[in-house]
Order: sequence, then C-alpha cells, then structure tokens
Amino acid sequence: MEANFLGINMVNFWTYFILAGGIFVFMFMMGAVMSWSERKQSAVLQDRIGANRASIPLPFGKKFAMWGFINNLADAIKCLIKEDFKPKVYDKLMYNLAIFFAFIPAVLAVAVIPFAGIVKPAEFFNVSYLKWIPYLPEYFAKNLPDYSFKVQVADLNVGLLFIFAIGGISVFGAILAGWSSNNKFSMMGALRAASQMISYEVSMGLSLLGLIFIFQTVNVWDIVQAQNELAWGWLPKWGVFMQPLAMFIFLAAAVAENKRMPFDLPEAESEIISGYFTEYSGFKMLLFMFAEFIEIVFVAIMLTTFFFGGYTVPYMAADGFYFPWGTYVHLSHATVVILQLISFHVKVFFFAWLLQQARWSLPRFRYDQLMQLGWRILLPLAIANLIITVIIVALGGL
Amino acid sequence: MAYQIPNFPDMEYVDRKKRGLTIQVYYREIFRGVWITTKHFFRNLWKWLTFRKGGVVILYPEETRADMSPNNRGRHILVQRSNGQPRCVACKMCATICPAQCITIEAEESEDPKIQKRPQVFEIDLSHCIFCGFCVEACPVDAIRMLPETSELVGYDRFRMVYDKEKLLSWHPTVSDDVVHGYNPNA
Repeated sequence: MEANFLGINMVNFWTYFILAGGIFVFMFMMGAVMSWSERKQSAVLQDRIGANRASIPLPFGKKFAMWGFINNLADAIKCLIKEDFKPKVYDKLMYNLAIFFAFIPAVLAVAVIPFAGIVKPAEFFNVSYLKWIPYLPEYFAKNLPDYSFKVQVADLNVGLLFIFAIGGISVFGAILAGWSSNNKFSMMGALRAASQMISYEVSMGLSLLGLIFIFQTVNVWDIVQAQNELAWGWLPKWGVFMQPLAMFIFLAAAVAENKRMPFDLPEAESEIISGYFTEYSGFKMLLFMFAEFIEIVFVAIMLTTFFFGGYTVPYMAADGFYFPWGTYVHLSHATVVILQLISFHVKVFFFAWLLQQARWSLPRFRYDQLMQLGWRILLPLAIANLIITVIIVALGGL
Repeated sequence: MAYQIPNFPDMEYVDRKKRGLTIQVYYREIFRGVWITTKHFFRNLWKWLTFRKGGVVILYPEETRADMSPNNRGRHILVQRSNGQPRCVACKMCATICPAQCITIEAEESEDPKIQKRPQVFEIDLSHCIFCGFCVEACPVDAIRMLPETSELVGYDRFRMVYDKEKLLSWHPTVSDDVVHGYNPNA
C-alpha cells in the first residue's frame, strides 16, 4: 500500500519520524543518565555516597530518591528559575548562537548510526511472545507485508564524513562562546579548545582512515555489516581486531575532542574558572554541560560502531547463529532485532561507563604535554598505522 | 626505565630522562589507574546492591561519627540543681578566663538565702567559642560542662548561635547520674 501525501510516502515518513524521535529521546535520556553517573559513579568509585538528598515525597513518610536520579530534575528546575546572568558587554547574537553550535552537533551526528539491522514489521510481530500486542500485527500483515526499514535515521553514502563534518562544527560552539563572552578566561578556554580540537581531529580522522581502507567504504551501515563477517573463519572482523592501534588512537583523540578528563584543559577550573562557558549561567550553562554528556555517549557510540561491531552480535546473521564449529541455532526475526538492540546498548553503556571511569581516575595533562601527545605521538602512530594498513590491503592481505 | 621501590610493591620510581616507550605512551599507567578505581567501584557497588553501605563517609544528619571521643569538648550545658535551677553562682570566673570572650553573665540576687547570687543572663556565643574548655576548668562549683557531641551546633544565622540560659539548661538530663544528682551545696 503506497499512501502518498504531497509526493511523500507516508509510511516512510512515519517510520523515520518515529525513528528519529526515538533516537533523539534516547540521546537525551543518555545525557540525563550520564549527568547522574557523573555524580553517582564518581561517588561510588571514590568510596563516597554521592547525591541522594533530592527526592519526591511519597505517602507514609517514604521518599522516592532513585539513588540520586531525582537530583537531575532538581537541577533542571534550579537552572530554569536561576538568574540568567550575562556579562555587561557581550556579543548578544554570538553569545546565544554558541549554545546551539555546541548542542546541535552532539545530537545531529547520531543520525547516521545504525541502532539495529533491517526490521520487517510484518515478520517482526509474527512471533509467539509478541502476540499480545493488539492491532499492529494484523495491520502490518494485511497492508504492508513486504515493508522493511533500517533502524538508522539517515543511510548516507558519506556517513563517516558526515560525522566528521558535524564534529567539526562543534568547535565553533567553544570558539563563539569564548569570543562573545568578553571575558579573558573564556577567551583562553576558547583558544585552548580550538587548538586542542583541531589538533586531535587530525589523528582521529587518520585513525579511522585505516578502517575505510579495509572495509572499502565510508557508509556507516556497510562498515557495520562488514564487521559481522569472519576473518579466518572464526574471528569477527571488528575494527578492534583489524585495527587495534587505531582503536587506542581513536579513543584518546575522541576523548580530547570531547574536552573531557584527562584532556579538559579548555575548562580547567583551577586555571581559567570554567573555560569558554564561564559567562554562561542557569539553563545555558546546563545546555553546555548536557552537550558534553551527550558527546560522551556519542564517543561511546562511535567506538561501538566502528571498532566493536556496532549492533551486530558475533556469529549472528539475520536468521540465527552460525557458529564457526558448524552449529546453527535458528532465531526468529523479532529475537534477532531485539538481540541486536541489546547488543548495541550494552556496548554503548559499557564504553560510556569506561569513559566516565577514566574521567574520574586520571589527572589533567599539562598544555604542552597535550600538544606533544597529539602531534608527536598520536599523529605519527596514526600515520604509521595507516601506511602499514595500506600496504597490507594493497598486497591483498585483508 | 622504572625501578621498584623496596617495601612498596605498587610503587616504582621513574627516571624521567630514561623512560621508555611503555611509560611515554601512558596507556599502561592509565589502565593501572582505571583498574584501581574499577576495583573500588565494583566493590562498593556490590555493597550497595546488598543493602550495605559502600562508602567510608558518614551520612551526616542521620549518622554521627562513631569515633568521637567521650571527652570531646562540644556543646556547653549548665548543670542543674535538683530543683531545676542552675548551679551557677554567677562568679564570672568562666567569663573572665574565656579567651574568646564569648560568655556574658549578668548576676541577680538569689531567692535561696544560702546562695548569694544566681545568673539572670547567661549567654554563650558559640560562633565565637573556641571550645578550649577553660570555662569548665575555671568553674568553682562545677556548674558548666561540655557535652561530647557537636552535631547540633548549626544555625542559619549568627544570632541563633548565641545560646541563652534556657537553652543551656534544656539539655537532656541523661548524661550521667553525677551531673543530675551529684554535688549539692545545700547538703
């Protein structure tokens, strides 16, 4: 059934409307979870108790604190009703625009990331444990028997380049915020952010270039698909097995791009107060923080997608497990999709946890050490890794 | 190059001029650091999940320090006679010796013919008090004492930190039998 409205396929429209909305909400929820884990995970690993006071009162003297999760709500309310303090003289347009330059790239780049494989709705609802769902199974079986879609908002041919292009925008947020605030500390933070993010973008791009040579594509969907194939019959072609060195270079560069510990010089509070967002207060400051938390999740998503097989489960194809020793376990379509979603989320949660753990374990670099690491260690390593990869690929090794 | 330090197996001395690639790459130390915090994280998380406390800190208003000394010098009290009157005879020795000058006493004539004076005003400004305990030592009739706990010494403004006679007398009289029924100058 092709329902068209103004030349738009309405089935596609609603599919991608729901998908994009769902992924948008997912990123925001992950941002909330990260701001919670910033408080609570740090407390647990430092033998403290952490946030537990903000709570919703319940009857019978009980309190609903959810291990400090309600603190996020309290924070949002607090930041909304706070005074919106602005500097006396500032560039109003750029000052307000900077927030969006920092915030939008963080949620935009995730559009090209596949969250699960191809979903066929008619087949999806045709399993025993989803029979309780009313209306939808009959609807899809009757009207859209052959309809299928990818759990990915935009299947771009230039997906990887899109991510880098969007990531390149996010540096404008820091620069504009620092420049328009009319504050020397903000300016210092912006300069640091600019030099750091541009330096590390080089090694980050070069570290992923090896993967492009191996998988012969920049399409994120195809990269994830290629990682589900097996090398030598048993090893999944995950990026971390194909390019172990690139994984470490990418991890360091991505954390530096993200301006997180141990690379958080742009907001080094002991030297330059809060860096480029010193002059922001209330909800604007909250948006900068939130953008940073969402970027952590995005780094975790990039690591998952490019180096740890994305949504794929090792040895699992679209109709079940094909183990290297010859066993075949049949799985229904719905089970496969749900397993892929679980696989993706488990990996993302693990890497988000790991990045947070590293952030609370490591001291900050000195500025010259930061530049030295970026230009004199990571960049030569990335180039060497790339040259070796190119030679091996050219000789037909992979 | 890294050298093991004797008696400290976890620590090693790094000669910065001779450090090799493993130290310069920094990843090994990162993993060591993250490994330590990860151990703490999962140990504490397991304690929380099994309904135990996974932190070494105290949850302040609900809990107080268990390691507080019984002779800790905390909040002051005025010792009462058996009829509930303060034992203080308003000699002003504590106010005189107080190095922070935080004790204010105004005397009045006592109703009891055997006792000459009693305090009409007895105020201690606890925001000035340095908790040296000199007032307790100076008192000739054991009228002022200090409780071990300090947990209630908070106030939203400085005027609430001035403890008057009512407040100093309204302590919970279960500290010890000696304080309640001990010394009786009338006997």
